Amino acid sequence: MDREKHMAILNRLLEMQFVAIELNLYLDTHPCDQEALNDYNCAVEILRQLKREYEECHGPLFHFGWSLNRGDEWQWAEEPWPWEM
Amino acid sequence: MWIYEKTLEHPVRVSRPNVKAAKMIITQYGGPDGELGASLRYLNQRYSMPTSAAKALLTDIGTEELAHMEMIAALVYKLTDGASCEEFKEAGWEGQYVQHDHGLFWTDANGVPWSAKYIACLGDPIADLTEDMAAEQKARVTYEHLIQCIDDPCVKDTLRFLWQREVVHFQRFGETLNTVQEWMAKSKHAWCGCDMKKMVD
Repeated sequence: MDREKHMAILNRLLEMQFVAIELNLYLDTHPCDQEALNDYNCAVEILRQLKREYEECHGPLFHFGWSLNRGDEWQWAEEPWPWEM
Repeated sequence: MWIYEKTLEHPVRVSRPNVKAAKMIITQYGGPDGELGASLRYLNQRYSMPTSAAKALLTDIGTEELAHMEMIAALVYKLTDGASCEEFKEAGWEGQYVQHDHGLFWTDANGVPWSAKYIACLGDPIADLTEDMAAEQKARVTYEHLIQCIDDPCVKDTLRFLWQREVVHFQRFGETLNTVQEWMAKSKHAWCGCDMKKMVD
C-alpha cells in the first residue's frame, strides 16, 4: 500500500515535470508564445506543490541545498535509488 | 552546475530479467548513437553557438539526455538483476560478465567501447546543429530496431518513450537551425567564432 501511494504521487510529479520539460524545450524555440509561457508557469506552480507533498512523505528529491532534510537523520542517503524502484 | 533529482524522468519497469535484451539495449548507453554521446555532444557544442536561444536548447536537451542515459542504465540494471554467469553465457554476453560482473560499462551491442569519435564539434553552428539533427534520427532508428527485437511490453514502453523524445528533439533542433540561419542572414556575415563578438561590439 505504501509503495502504491509512493508510486501514485511519484507518477503525478513525473507527469507534471514532463509537461514542464516539453514546454521548456518548446519555449526555447518559441520564446514569445504567451499561451505556452502561461502554461509553463502553471506547471511550475503545480510542480512546486507536488514536490512539497512528495518530500514530506518520501524524503528529499534534490541534493546540494535544494531540498530540506526533514528528520533526525540524513535522508538523502536513504534507499531506494531511482533505478531500484 | 547540475543538480541531481532523485527520480527517473519516466518510470522504468521490466517484466523479468532478460540478459539478451540488456545486451542489445546497452548500445543506447555507450554506442555511437547512445545517450552518453548525445548528452556530451550537445553540452559540449554550447560554447560555440552564436545565439542565446541555441545555447539554451543545447543546455536543456543535453540535460534531458543525461536523464535518458540514466533510464537506459536502469533498464540494463533491472534486466541483469540477479542473473547468473550461466544466464550471461546463454545470452552470449559472458564477456560482459567476465569483465564487469553486474557493473555497467559504456559499449555498443557488439561490445565496442564508447569513443569520443562518435561525436563532433566543428565550432560552426550550421555544421553542429545539422550533426545534432542527424544524431537524433540515428537514435530514433536504433530505438525502432530495439523495439522490433524486444518482446517485453514493459521494456517496449520505456523504449517508446525514449523514441518519441528523439522525434521532439529533432523538431527543436530543426527550428533552432532555421533561427540561427536567419540570425546569420540579418547580421550580414557568416559566423566566425570569437571574431564575431568583436564585430558586433
